[in-house]
Amino acid sequence: MSGFASGWDQATDRDKLPAEIPSPDQVEVPAALRQEIEGHMSLYPDPTSAALPALAAAQRVHGWCSPEAIEQVACVMQVTPASLAAVATFYDMLETEPVGRHSVYVCTNISCSLRGADALLDAVKAAAEGDGELNVRAFECLGACDIAPMASVDGVYVGPLAIEDVPQLLDDVRSGRPVLPEKQLARMLVADPAANSQQYPSHPVQSVDNEGQRR
Amino acid sequence: MSAATAERRMLLLNDIDEPGLATREVYERRGGYESLRKALSMEPEALLTELKDSGLRGRGGAGFAMGTKVSFLPKGAAQKYLVCNADESEPGTFKDRELMQKCPHMLIEGIAIATWAAGISRAFIYIRGEYVLQADILDAALAEAREAGYVGQNILGSEHSLSLVVHRGAGAYICGEETGLLDSLEGKRGNPRLKPPFPAINGLYQGPTLINNVETLSTVPSIVKMGGEAYASLGTETSKGTKLVSISGHVQRPGNYEIELGIPSREIIYDLAGGPADGRQVKCWFPGGSSSPVLTGDDLDIPYDFDSLAKAGTMLGSGAIIVVDDSTPILDVALKTAKFYRHESCGKCTPCREGTNWTVKMLERIAAGEATPMDLDIMASVCTNIIGNCLCVLGDAMAMPIGSMIAKFRGEFEQSIEQARLAAEGALV
Ligand SMILES: Cc1cc2nc3c(=O)[nH]c(=O)nc-3n(C[C@H](O)[C@H](O)[C@H](O)COP(=O)(O)O)c2cc1C
Ligand code: SF4
Ligand code: FES
Repeated sequence: MSGFASGWDQATDRDKLPAEIPSPDQVEVPAALRQEIEGHMSLYPDPTSAALPALAAAQRVHGWCSPEAIEQVACVMQVTPASLAAVATFYDMLETEPVGRHSVYVCTNISCSLRGADALLDAVKAAAEGDGELNVRAFECLGACDIAPMASVDGVYVGPLAIEDVPQLLDDVRSGRPVLPEKQLARMLVADPAANSQQYPSHPVQSVDNEGQRR
Repeated sequence: MSAATAERRMLLLNDIDEPGLATREVYERRGGYESLRKALSMEPEALLTELKDSGLRGRGGAGFAMGTKVSFLPKGAAQKYLVCNADESEPGTFKDRELMQKCPHMLIEGIAIATWAAGISRAFIYIRGEYVLQADILDAALAEAREAGYVGQNILGSEHSLSLVVHRGAGAYICGEETGLLDSLEGKRGNPRLKPPFPAINGLYQGPTLINNVETLSTVPSIVKMGGEAYASLGTETSKGTKLVSISGHVQRPGNYEIELGIPSREIIYDLAGGPADGRQVKCWFPGGSSSPVLTGDDLDIPYDFDSLAKAGTMLGSGAIIVVDDSTPILDVALKTAKFYRHESCGKCTPCREGTNWTVKMLERIAAGEATPMDLDIMASVCTNIIGNCLCVLGDAMAMPIGSMIAKFRGEFEQSIEQARLAAEGALV
């Protein structure tokens, strides 16, 4: 259950006063988290700009944007918890409910769905059933339609994924291994065959087999 | 000669997979940051003239001339900002990703040059939160650039100083819209602002702000190197230069390609990307991301440039082609498209918030066999009522492609309605 009302389906406690800006001597903030948030705040002319990176940092510590996480960020940034809760509910990557530690975002937008993403999502969900460590969810276009259908696993892009890849993918996540190394976007060469001369001016001896490295 | 065999000019993708290109060392060995040196030896006014002469139009979606946008910024000492739009969330678009991941210094160099031309000393790159790898690479490249004095106080001994920060978003398409992006960068919900005032006058922290896309800014070093006029000799009369095209969906070789603007769309879809699988035909295609009205297999000879596509009733947008072949019902495409915009509507304007929601409901009614052909007219009227009636164009971005699908595939929609209705009745008996 969410710690703060996220819509009109949940009743608000009208007797409760709105939370004020937490005072630094009342809230305990882990030192590393405080330091990270303060680091972000120092980068902007207006420190409020650090809200997203600060919430993301707190989420990494707490697993989600829990009321406690929000209170800690509010304390360091000296803003009200409500202003941060309003921000957290707007963004897809900020979790306002407890979720599994590992995120598996399966893209189900147009290009991926044209290449079987909906069946892929069903397969991942079925295989992850009952595993509280996994946060499997459908996601909008992740900007990697060239490897459709694809997923972002704890931030690492992999694709094109076949249903047969699902057991290995989940196995890799659960055991902390790099996910499907052969299918990671980081290794892909650009599609345009005219882009690479194969004889790089700075690396005259090396050449890359363009066809070989793309699927 | 077709695009597949012709010599194509590579300004952005040239040797992009060279090992180590993301490092300063290799980038410099390839002549990187020479354009910045050249730019800093020029007066900002002269530099701005080069940018204007190049005819470079924004690569993020709206296609507005970059040099003109720079000249809208007020002159003088006020604190001005540059924000690089690296939100890249338009479905089908993945070109900025390739540039930032493989050649981050080209973007940093472009920003250092553009800020000199515009008299700006603070800049931000707003990158979508999902691009973890690319943001890490940008951060590393930025640290190298600072160390070498390409970013920071008195760049290369000049009067130009620049602070640059990579800011990570957290997943919201609307933060790609320039004013939603500004609110998000200020640490708020990413709700778009009423325009005017435009960001060039009143943007980040109320200051004059230049907002440009990653590809636009990454092109700037090439323009300085070649000279504006030479750049303008590429492409067509009103669409100058080369453009990255992200192509995906039902093609055999999806990916990023660099083309000279104005080549026939067929050459991109068939010669470069290999077209649909054997035996399949192009049914429809989005020429510029999911927000652009669809074209059909009869439109493949339209030149791929801003004005030819506008004349055909659609747009070049972000340069993302999504191809749908004849194996996919148009209803499925419409439903996916509408659901995306429903999810991403920020909810500030009624026509967009309600219109995207009701369009999804009506499309679902068709799929469930509960619709009549009259629903198509209602849907079309919902689309008409969204267009032009909202704060930003996200609502239009759903209404235009859905409207185009209803107009171009009405027969098929009517068939789907009938078939689904019969199937639902059959299921009842
Ligand atoms: C809903 C919506 C989403 C947008 N998303 C992006 C985006 O992800 N990246 C981008 O560069 N421009 C995006 N734009 C366009 C920007 O508002 C803006 O026009 C652009 O960043 C300006 O840069 P340019 O002139 O270099 O193209 C979007 C516009 C709208 C209405
Ligand atoms: S048109 Fe839609 S997304 Fe844009 S401001 Fe209005 S409600 Fe928000
Ligand atoms: S549609 Fe899946 S990454 Fe773009």
